[in-house]
Amino acid sequence: MNALNFALAISETVMAIALAPLLLGLVDQCRAWLQNRRGAGLLQPYRTLRKLLKKDAVVAQTASPLFRASPYVQFGAMALATAIIPIFGTHSLLATSADTIALVGLFAIARVFTALAAMDIGTAFGTLGARREMMIGFLSEPALLMVFFTASLITQSTLLPNIVITMTSHELVIYPSLAFAAFAFVMVLLAENARIPIDNPSTHLELTMIHEAMVLEYSARHLALIEWATALKLLNFAAIGLALFLPWGLSAPGDGGLAIAASLLIALAKLALFCAVLALIETMSAKLRIFRAPEFLGTAFLLAVLGLLVHQLLGS
Amino acid sequence: MQLNESDLSWRSLPGTLPVRHAVVSREQLLLLCRDVAGRGARLVSLWGEDRRAAGVGYVLVVVLDLTSRLLLTESISRSPNPGFPDLSQLFPSAGRMQRATHDLLGFNFLGADARPWLRHSAWAKDAYPLRHDFVAAAVSAPPLPTEIYPFVRVEGDGAHEIAVGPVHAGTIEPGHFRFSVVGEKVLRLEQQLGYTHKGIEKRFEGLSVQQGSKLAARVSGDSAVAYAWAYAMAVESLTDTQVPARALALRALLLERERLANHLGDLGGIGNDAGLSFGLAQFSRLKEDLLRVNATVWGARYLFDEILPGGVATDLAPTALPILLDSLAAMAAEVAVLQDIYDNHAGLQDRFHGAGVLSAKLARQLGVVGLAARASGQAQDWRAALEIPPYDGFAIGSVLAEGGDVAARVAVRFDEIAESLQVCRGLLTDLPSGEISVAVGKTRADELAVGGIEGWRGPILVGLRVAADGRIARCHPHDPSWLNWPALEHAIIDNIVPDFPLINKSFNLSYSGQDL
Repeated sequence: MNALNFALAISETVMAIALAPLLLGLVDQCRAWLQNRRGAGLLQPYRTLRKLLKKDAVVAQTASPLFRASPYVQFGAMALATAIIPIFGTHSLLATSADTIALVGLFAIARVFTALAAMDIGTAFGTLGARREMMIGFLSEPALLMVFFTASLITQSTLLPNIVITMTSHELVIYPSLAFAAFAFVMVLLAENARIPIDNPSTHLELTMIHEAMVLEYSARHLALIEWATALKLLNFAAIGLALFLPWGLSAPGDGGLAIAASLLIALAKLALFCAVLALIETMSAKLRIFRAPEFLGTAFLLAVLGLLVHQLLGS
Repeated sequence: MQLNESDLSWRSLPGTLPVRHAVVSREQLLLLCRDVAGRGARLVSLWGEDRRAAGVGYVLVVVLDLTSRLLLTESISRSPNPGFPDLSQLFPSAGRMQRATHDLLGFNFLGADARPWLRHSAWAKDAYPLRHDFVAAAVSAPPLPTEIYPFVRVEGDGAHEIAVGPVHAGTIEPGHFRFSVVGEKVLRLEQQLGYTHKGIEKRFEGLSVQQGSKLAARVSGDSAVAYAWAYAMAVESLTDTQVPARALALRALLLERERLANHLGDLGGIGNDAGLSFGLAQFSRLKEDLLRVNATVWGARYLFDEILPGGVATDLAPTALPILLDSLAAMAAEVAVLQDIYDNHAGLQDRFHGAGVLSAKLARQLGVVGLAARASGQAQDWRAALEIPPYDGFAIGSVLAEGGDVAARVAVRFDEIAESLQVCRGLLTDLPSGEISVAVGKTRADELAVGGIEGWRGPILVGLRVAADGRIARCHPHDPSWLNWPALEHAIIDNIVPDFPLINKSFNLSYSGQDL
């Protein structure tokens, strides 16, 4: 990796981290538009972050160092994932140092720390949220792995950049197995990112919360990091989905300035489209009763397995 | 021993409500309650009064609902430590009212649950705010140590408690909910309310009848019209006032608009609690449109102080008629579209159906009233049953659902919106002419009167006694929430914890209205 590529990769990761809250802002704004509301504007997540960063943190007396460390672990894990996933191009900073299976592990680390911190302070809601989160987690992670395996079988690699390069260098072929995997992935994405129909990120009803219940006791910079990590997680999942199922337009190592600029614009357009579709799904759906979540994620797993089977039966 | 209603000497009270009044001994009270409970009567309200200054003693007032008429009884105890029979065996919802009466007046209900209800260690155990020798300084003295409230505990393998509130994550009224759960399944819910107790009943004492009207309207802001109307009826009963027909029609118009506003708000809220924020946005807009028309026509969004003893405050200008009719037509069309969306939304219906079922049998046993009762197949509506003018001219009270679940309470709201729109149109197209208010005369002193009307949540009752100097001696505003909160404890059993907010919202009971 030469110096230019390195600089490019660094700037890509930094830019992605900086842009992540905008993604949440766009989803919220699209939801507002779809409901005939005016909305708070694209920059609202940044205003929230600024407000939180200015405040003094209040930490429960019963909190252990784990509680304080957890937001940094969550943010760190998500930022690391951002550096692995190809967002604008396949020259990501750590692209070749970790594969999709490691990514799933990275998301699991963040989840485990969030759940542990939620139980650490001993409130009823923290435990309640952690319990539900682990239920969602153990159902969604296998489905996510299955989606990755389907893509890997087609491309003979579990590394995201290799998957992208293989897919885009072929002539355009429609893989039925990937269609199954794409459906499964969208379902997993909704569950993993605490979106409707599994969880409701904007609810104020503490008894219905999953993710929010775990972070109720956080404030100020800790909460800011968690919110930012949430935005990063959404960006990461969006980027994985786009890399697997809409890989065209990503720049490759050695591309010229024009190609990089074009890939940047294409990536932003794809992300904006993703936000609009997510907002549409969320606006049209009601939240599932929590015990429907296993059915929902079970369906996701089934679809992913079907994708695998279709691949085995039809070949590539 | 047995006693029939007819064995007592009843006196019909003047006014539009069919109420019969009697003074009964404490033994007779219990026997009477047993008699009427056996015939399907419901408890409406009970409250206490300190009438020692008038040489009477302590008075327990009980109001019973015999479907087409009300019974109002007064029982007297001269003991400094007054004891009364426990009615909660006959009427389960009496329990909390008895506990509140103990906290406020020191009445003992022998054999009943004696835990505090309203007090929350805010004043001393042996201080009773509604007794006339109560010293207010006792409340503001250094804070008392907090007493531990003995919740009923559920023991067993895997059972644990979730304590929610009184401070919640959203901007809602305060109440404490203690869930005993196994996993996500609710084994038992116990409510502890009283956090918004602000001494409204004490504040009524000594007010003029006109001032009392303003305070009554502010007992629970979502039912300002219903409380003001019930209060005005009580005053009119005490003064033998005949309210002009136009005023009655305008009152009904105001009440139906209050019902519309609350039902619209609730339908949006219920949708939102099921995760469909689209519903909240749309219904909130419809509600806001309605409130703005209120502001244009009456000058008040929530219609405070429009109903006064003797009539109403504002006449309807001829120019207001088309505004009102047009806005009602527009609302009817939009609600129909939204109802279609709700009815055909699979995700929403999946959440609504079978959630928080209150069976018809249980609703009957618990004496549930109003909207919640109608959603459990109990046909009861004071507007129709008591033939309160001007409702006697309308075919009303036919709205009913059988399921007793959230879906049924949503359906009842939609149907009642349609019914209210019908009533509003009828009232507007056939508005009687004439005066909108008459002067109320001098109040009869020391007599007890009641007024009542079916608010959007259920029947609202106001009991009133005025002293010889024309000042209020005792006023008790009664909210239907007293009767429906206990039903929520049953409706949630065997449901899962995350469904509670939705079920709670489908009842949407008042805290302020019953904490007083």
